[in-house]
Amino acid sequence: MKKKFPTHIIVFLFPACFIYSIFMILPLLDTMRVSLYTQNLLGENMDDSSGVRTFIGLRNYYDLFYNENWSWHFWNALKNNFYFFVLHVSVQTPIGLVIAAFLSNKDLKLKNTYRTLIFLPAMMSIVIVGYIFNLMLSNLWGIPQTVLGLFGLESLYQPWLGLKSSALITVSLISIWQFVGIPMMLFYAALLNIPEEILDAAKVDGSTGMNTFWRIKFPLILPTIGLMCILTYVGNFNAFDLIYAIKNIYAGPEFSTDLMGTFFYRTFFGYQHQLGNPTMGATVASTTFAIILIGVIIYLYAFQRRITRYQY
Amino acid sequence: MKKLISSLLISFGFLFTTLPAFSGTVIIESWRNDDADAWNNKIIPAFNEKYPDIEVVFQATIPAQYSASISAKLEGGNAGDLITLIPFDASLKLYNRGWLASLNDLGGLDNYPQVAKDAWSTDDQSNIFGVPMASVSHGFMYNKEIFDELGLSIPKTESEFFAVLEKIKSDGNYTPLAIGTADTWAISTMGFQNIGPNYWEGEKGRKGILTGDEKFTDSHYVELFETLGKWSEYMADGYQAQTYPDSQNLFTLGMAAIYPTGSWEIFTFSQNADFEFSAFAPPVRDGQANCFIDDHTDIGIGLNSAAKNPEEAKVFLEWLTGAEFAEIFANEVPGFFPLHTHSIAVNDPVANEFISWKDTCDTTIRNSYHIVGRGEPNLESVLYEVVSGVVNGTVTPTEAAERAEASLANWYEPHQ
Repeated sequence: MKKKFPTHIIVFLFPACFIYSIFMILPLLDTMRVSLYTQNLLGENMDDSSGVRTFIGLRNYYDLFYNENWSWHFWNALKNNFYFFVLHVSVQTPIGLVIAAFLSNKDLKLKNTYRTLIFLPAMMSIVIVGYIFNLMLSNLWGIPQTVLGLFGLESLYQPWLGLKSSALITVSLISIWQFVGIPMMLFYAALLNIPEEILDAAKVDGSTGMNTFWRIKFPLILPTIGLMCILTYVGNFNAFDLIYAIKNIYAGPEFSTDLMGTFFYRTFFGYQHQLGNPTMGATVASTTFAIILIGVIIYLYAFQRRITRYQY
Repeated sequence: MKKLISSLLISFGFLFTTLPAFSGTVIIESWRNDDADAWNNKIIPAFNEKYPDIEVVFQATIPAQYSASISAKLEGGNAGDLITLIPFDASLKLYNRGWLASLNDLGGLDNYPQVAKDAWSTDDQSNIFGVPMASVSHGFMYNKEIFDELGLSIPKTESEFFAVLEKIKSDGNYTPLAIGTADTWAISTMGFQNIGPNYWEGEKGRKGILTGDEKFTDSHYVELFETLGKWSEYMADGYQAQTYPDSQNLFTLGMAAIYPTGSWEIFTFSQNADFEFSAFAPPVRDGQANCFIDDHTDIGIGLNSAAKNPEEAKVFLEWLTGAEFAEIFANEVPGFFPLHTHSIAVNDPVANEFISWKDTCDTTIRNSYHIVGRGEPNLESVLYEVVSGVVNGTVTPTEAAERAEASLANWYEPHQ
């Protein structure tokens, strides 16, 4: 008997594919197309309806990478963004892991309370978090001066959010504080998934405490840690809101907290008295997309495919 | 279905008839819904006393949506007769697209200085498309009580200014200067553009930058950056993280003596501050005879090229150029000053102080808006960066000057 063409598969796939294509793939492709054009921002005369786009090939990309007016901002944002990411991975992930390890300890009291409290900031609006930290760290009404003063260390106080040298670290730490609950939850779930038999077997073999964690539990949740890293990577390169809430689109001081997201926003929408440049904005967006894509591909091929998954 | 369509038609018809569509009605589009009371209760009634046949409707939208909504309305052909305009490029764009009528033949435009008209003229000044309505001025506000307590007098020159700051600093109870650099626009606008005109001699220097005769690397610009750099010694500890609202609060809570600012603060400050405050003009450089102040063009009004009642609208525009409007507007909207050359009586003492400087000082507008405000990156945003850098001590005055000049040279022919 001839096999019937599986029409139902197409029918079932169609809605998702259709919606995803219309709202994700098409705009993405169109953004890439627009990035190859330039646009007259200010109509020069009556006949010239501003908004006419002219094809210029890869000129925008050339400007973005090599024309100093653009490239400085681009490389600066990219550098800051990598720094932002490295801080997240090297601080947020270990802290999340440690907290998850503690929480998975069966003898811990008030486990659920801790879990909720640590996860709580992640559910708060970024605008509120940004506002609170801005106030807390303020040189005029802030609290670090008072707290440091209790220990006679008042002289250590600096306007951390306002200094070029410390603004990015401060903003990163705020973001880490807010979202540390997410890796914690993932790791916690992964740790709970480890079957009792394996841990019992380890115990029988004489493994305890730290040894069990590093030799048994850690390798088992390694895929989750990898997943968390790539999620952080994608999240960090799309980050925009926290910087916007704390430092505004100028990402001050002197763009030291500028990320790809804020750079894109300034380029595309313009800012005080600077008209937006939609085509250049599309270029920045496409470049950000490429950066994220490269990161994800490296993760998929270099990390995820090689990792050993244990079946239990 | 038929029923539905007919009821829809009826309701649409109803919508249209409720709009004041009979002839002779002039509709003003504006983003200034803060001023709606002033327009509805004072300005329009005063106009109607003279011209009872022309009905005027003030129609304000939410400020943040104004630019987008007015473009859409003009494009769709359903905008009001008169369009309130923000200065320079955004409005020039509307004119270039043919949506605003030229006002070259409107009577009463002689009542404005050319610098006021520049904000709503084409680059070569051959066409004007907006009647200048209001400006905001820069200056320094000071806390009178602190000045009395410390026995300080109003500084006239720069060395007096720094002597006053030094005295407040050595007293130790108050922050001498309430300003920070976290909001870069604030230090640039209220610092650089505030005292700057004294350095570049007002219009002369502003035009000089436009024609390329003056460069930011000229000595007086470098000196201006140096002076701003000295301000940092008198700002609050940690001023690098101090935002614009922080500075406002610092002053209105009576914790700071002097606040470099602009006239737009008058209205809110007179409500929030429970002490007496006044203002002084930017101190002149030592040995300088003339003084220069920044009186920045902020609000204008233009005629829709597809206006339904252009003749009536023009009558109203012409009335706006007169002294009567100037006086009502100045008193009803304190801190926003009519751009007319008429001398006007204003009741608010601080606003009066600001206005009085115009008698003795030459006025100019911010030097980074007209024409040079449109490059990529535009001069205005470059100034934000370098001015805050200089005050933070991370950019030297010479570097700042070089960076500003280099950004102009990048796209502006007279500087290449």
